[in-house]
Amino acid sequence: MVDILSGSPASARRPRSAPVEAVLRPLFFAAVVGAVVFFLILPTLVVIPVSFGSASYIEFPPRGFTLKWYADYFRDPDWMAATWFSLKIAVSTTIAATVIGTLGALAMVRGRLPGKEFVQVLALSPMVVPHIVMAVSIYLVFAPIGLTGNFFGFLVAHTMLSVPYVVITVSAVLQRFDATLELAAQNCGATRTQAFFWVVLPNILPGVAAGGVFAFLASFDEATVAFFISDVGGKTITRKMFEDIDFNLTPVIAAVSTVIMLISLVLMTGVQLLQSRKQR
Amino acid sequence: MSSSATKVPRRTLLLDAASAREYSTGLSLALAAPLIVLLALAFIYPVGKLVWASFATNAGYTAEHYLRILYEPLYLKILWRTISIALLVTVASFLLGYPVAYAANRAKGKWGLLMIVCVLIPLWTSVLVRSYAWILLLQRKGIINNLLLEGGFISTPLRMIYTEGAVIVAMTHVLLPFMILPIFSSLKSIPPDLARAASNLGAGPVQTFFRVTLPLSLPGVYAGSLMTFILALGFYITPALLGGPSTLMMATVIGQQTTELLNWPFASALSGVLLGVTFLLVVVFRRTLSLSKEVQLG
Repeated sequence: MVDILSGSPASARRPRSAPVEAVLRPLFFAAVVGAVVFFLILPTLVVIPVSFGSASYIEFPPRGFTLKWYADYFRDPDWMAATWFSLKIAVSTTIAATVIGTLGALAMVRGRLPGKEFVQVLALSPMVVPHIVMAVSIYLVFAPIGLTGNFFGFLVAHTMLSVPYVVITVSAVLQRFDATLELAAQNCGATRTQAFFWVVLPNILPGVAAGGVFAFLASFDEATVAFFISDVGGKTITRKMFEDIDFNLTPVIAAVSTVIMLISLVLMTGVQLLQSRKQR
Repeated sequence: MSSSATKVPRRTLLLDAASAREYSTGLSLALAAPLIVLLALAFIYPVGKLVWASFATNAGYTAEHYLRILYEPLYLKILWRTISIALLVTVASFLLGYPVAYAANRAKGKWGLLMIVCVLIPLWTSVLVRSYAWILLLQRKGIINNLLLEGGFISTPLRMIYTEGAVIVAMTHVLLPFMILPIFSSLKSIPPDLARAASNLGAGPVQTFFRVTLPLSLPGVYAGSLMTFILALGFYITPALLGGPSTLMMATVIGQQTTELLNWPFASALSGVLLGVTFLLVVVFRRTLSLSKEVQLG
């Protein structure tokens, strides 16, 4: 197969597939693909220079360099409260969703679960139901029982929203896991529990960890449900951002955005490393 | 990222092993219980209650809120606008996304990985951050207007933010990864020998693409389009921030009805319509959605 970007010359002797881009002129094709990739990446990156710009309005390219907006962010008690609240929710959601999702995936992939098809559809459906519908219905149920602006309310809502990601990733590694290994461990005298913790879990751990990272991000970045079930007593960083974008659009938001982006980037790099190790 | 070459033997292996060691019904139920309870309490019950609230009155049932959506031209117009914006976003994502998925699949090694990383990074960057970036770019004194003014291309700032165009561009940007990844997986599962066979049989490159590669990648196209369309239908954050009063969509109206007007029954009915449309789409296209389980998350 020819690498379209290196443009290696075609060998005349060996018959090979002639790719459509060979006709569409490779340069043109590469330009289109490059443009779309830039469209995916570049717009988001504008928040970085804006967060370091010295003007209090949006200036691009920025004329001066300042860390003032970061200082403002880290000194503002409201922003800090929202950040810690979000982190607390995201970490707890990660633990809850990872445990619940992994157990569920084990039951669905390895178990003789009655109504398996139904449970599978059910476990994935929070991804498909429009988030606005989810947000309004959770608010409808949570508000009368005092679960809005409340850590426990967020934990339940976000665990429900992120559990599908764990179920998908863990199911995928479980399907790849050779169950005879577990049988072998038991034949060698391990109990079922021992076999799980010493053989199954280490083998599926990359998938479980990846699912955990997705759960963390699904909670930490979640904005729609958080918008509805936040209140004065407890609001997430996304709700605080939403309010500030609506009412006072300062470069502090750019600084916060850069921090959030950095967190996502670090975690996603971790997942990529995990997955490349898994494939080896 | 699974490859098709290992898929078939793995399946049969799994079957043999599973019949040898399968968790009992009791243990399976116990393992799945927390998941089922969580989804019942935090998903089925609230959504059910919302649907209930759209019909219930003090005395019994009513369909008046749904009839209001039908009879007031405003709401039909908003529903129509939501569907057409979602369609436009889906078509734009397909046209932009297919070449990227195709190139990422053909470019092996470093370049292919780089392209997929460029798709995954935005997927896992907060929607709020990405919508905010579009505000910075599109607002009246924003980056694009500044650059155009300084370059002397325009004399007065263009009105870009709070327009339908802004919503469509930003939503396409946000949802593009959901289109690219399923197409990429289905392209990846096509054995390269097929294209070679077609060309050996005398097909030209264009013919090979349109008669072999494209048809075989259609499951990915359907799954990606369905996912993009469904997400676009219920999108709240981006239209709320980048849209104006003239670009109200279903999600923004539902938000308004609940947070500003506190008209719960009507907001529930609007949500019911959105839910109904989504449910219908999922049922009709269920076969393609089962494929989206294989969508790569990372």
